[in-house]
Amino acid sequence: MVSSWTGTLFSLSLYLVASIAAFFSLSGVAGAVQQTSTADHSKFEQLRGPFENGPAVTKACLGCHTEAAKQLHKTTHWTWAFDNALTGEKLGKKNVVNNFCVATATNWPRCTSCHIGYGWKDDKFDLTSEVNVDCLVCHDTTGTYKKFPTDAGHPNYEPKMWPPKSGKVRQPPDLVKVAQGVGKPGRSNCGACHFYGGGGDGVKHGHLDSSMHNPKHATDVHMDVDGLNFTCQTCHTTGGHQISGSRYAPTATDEKGIDIPGRTDDSRASCESCHGNTPHGVQANAKLNQHTDKIACVTCHVPEFARGGRKTKMWWDWSTAGRKDQHGKPLVIKDADGYDTYDFKKGDFRWESNVVPEYRWFNGEVRHATMGKKIDDSAVVPINVTSGSYDDPKSRIWPFKVMRGRQPYDSENKVLAVPHLFGKDGDAYWKSFDWGRAIKAGFDATGQPFSGKFGFVETEYAWPVTHMVAPKEQALSCDACHSRDGRLAKLGGFYMPGRDRLQWLDWLGWLAVFGTLGGVSLHGLLRLLTAGKRRSS
Amino acid sequence: MARVRMYSRFLRLWHWLQALLVIMLLLTGFEVHGSYRLFGFEHAVDYHRLAAWSLLGLWALAWFWHLTTGEWKQYIPSPIDRVIAMLRYYGVGIFRGEPHPFHKDRWHRHNPLQRMAYLSLHVLIGPAIWISGLAYISYPYWAQFGLGGLSLTPVALVHTAAAFLMLTFLVAHLYLALTTSEAPFAYLKGMISGYEEISDESR
Repeated sequence: MVSSWTGTLFSLSLYLVASIAAFFSLSGVAGAVQQTSTADHSKFEQLRGPFENGPAVTKACLGCHTEAAKQLHKTTHWTWAFDNALTGEKLGKKNVVNNFCVATATNWPRCTSCHIGYGWKDDKFDLTSEVNVDCLVCHDTTGTYKKFPTDAGHPNYEPKMWPPKSGKVRQPPDLVKVAQGVGKPGRSNCGACHFYGGGGDGVKHGHLDSSMHNPKHATDVHMDVDGLNFTCQTCHTTGGHQISGSRYAPTATDEKGIDIPGRTDDSRASCESCHGNTPHGVQANAKLNQHTDKIACVTCHVPEFARGGRKTKMWWDWSTAGRKDQHGKPLVIKDADGYDTYDFKKGDFRWESNVVPEYRWFNGEVRHATMGKKIDDSAVVPINVTSGSYDDPKSRIWPFKVMRGRQPYDSENKVLAVPHLFGKDGDAYWKSFDWGRAIKAGFDATGQPFSGKFGFVETEYAWPVTHMVAPKEQALSCDACHSRDGRLAKLGGFYMPGRDRLQWLDWLGWLAVFGTLGGVSLHGLLRLLTAGKRRSS
Repeated sequence: MARVRMYSRFLRLWHWLQALLVIMLLLTGFEVHGSYRLFGFEHAVDYHRLAAWSLLGLWALAWFWHLTTGEWKQYIPSPIDRVIAMLRYYGVGIFRGEPHPFHKDRWHRHNPLQRMAYLSLHVLIGPAIWISGLAYISYPYWAQFGLGGLSLTPVALVHTAAAFLMLTFLVAHLYLALTTSEAPFAYLKGMISGYEEISDESR
């Protein structure tokens, strides 16, 4: 009796201790990162500083991590160039055009505030420089290191206002403290750029935004801070600074299934890498596992994007930029939630949250309208063209954010413009607000001819939706697609029950059914009417 | 008049189970077809499959029963003049109170029109439904069966067409079975009890 009581008490107290420990280990995320490391960087003599600038810190890092910069030099994060082996296209931020801020060329110092290096301020940047690799932007765990938006990848080393003339001062980061606090990247390191792509919070992707720093379960079941608490590289596995997963050459179909070290590619950047190709358990409808050969996981499991309380940009019309209000001041219009729907520097915007994706057959092959490629301006210009069809076994139905807008182009040569937007010179659009000069400067700088005539053409850019996996209760039900006007109403090439019918067969069929019903009704009625006569005879 | 045991226990079980399953299949099938929303697509599909497999089993038993008991002979088409006589009765005679041209007994249950209708049901509509239905249900395995080139469209076409025919049959069948007996609902009662009152002359 006594022993069982002490046993219960003992296990109760153990439980208490365990739960307190669990609570603290969960709440101390940064601490948890440090625990697995065998090195405490704050004890390193090399990191005592002081450091004059970012490259000085990198020099110290390279003193021990001798190969790190060489590894990074091979990554797309550094080169901003990507050779697509599948399509032969030369891609990367250096070469592509999009329908956000259009292109990096001639706007370097602004764009390269998201480059993992220091000093890419023009097209003469030395890509072989080791000290110009920025270690801190990825490895800072203090949360205090920030690249300054217009300094070509450098943080500010003096107190500086941002936005300019706003009165809000950004203090320079304490490089010594940051250097001594390095560790494995967390969500916010990647998020510093990837959550703000396209020029602001949630602008570009819609399934990556600031709500993902510490997402709720409803926003992302894997990164849920109170649950699995994944970092980016839990799935985007790394090795030698190469990070798996690619937007230019995505894996639309992972038939290898669950990733087994030594046997497969050690990449977990697909759902199937962990969940396999028959992920639905016995309690689920058996039909679900039979859908994985045609439907990407995210199609049902990311029912909407921009679900974290932030909006994403869906429309950007450059053609209306440059307007002033009645007082002659540059015009900015904001919606009720504080999102700018018009900005004189950029034109009109449309923002949306909880966005239902558009769906396409997709096999991972994407072709881009890169700089200088001819376009057909008689219709909406697809900036990227995704491949895939029902008949292609490598294709799955994928969800996309389709970004639309209007952007400048050479209306005679039929080439998308590379407008020179940012800079202190008079050609920069954000200085002179003269499209002619900005477009000419962009074409000149990239060695392209300019006819002198320009216009604005509507474009669309499809971005596969992969993040913000919702709790399973929110996954799409069958009716979402298997209905007359469901989500796949526009997706052609196959017969889908609930959506499709042969119209003529339906007409014939219902004619037979209702014709018979009418016939027998009439027959019955006639019998009723003649019944009296029969009785009397 | 005499009370005759017209419908054996198995026949009645088969008839009513089939009726239940066919109505269930039509209800769920046309929902899957997208004609209306009732159970929700997922449940409609699940119930449809369950009812389909049940009906296939029942049909297998019924075919066995028909073939082993000789009941299949009751579906042999009648000579054309007797069919015309039936058509004339439904088209004219029934309004004039003329007597039914056909007299049924235990081994001649079906009038000439019934023979045609039920024969079509068993050898045309039924097989069209279950053959196209089995093809439909095994869609995920077509590639494994070497049928990768098959398209769902013709399979769905046959299945839907057969379903429309079945529904059309059901409408006509209900009208004739429920309203044309001499005493009210006599046919319905007969199909429940197994016994029917038939006139002496036809015995």
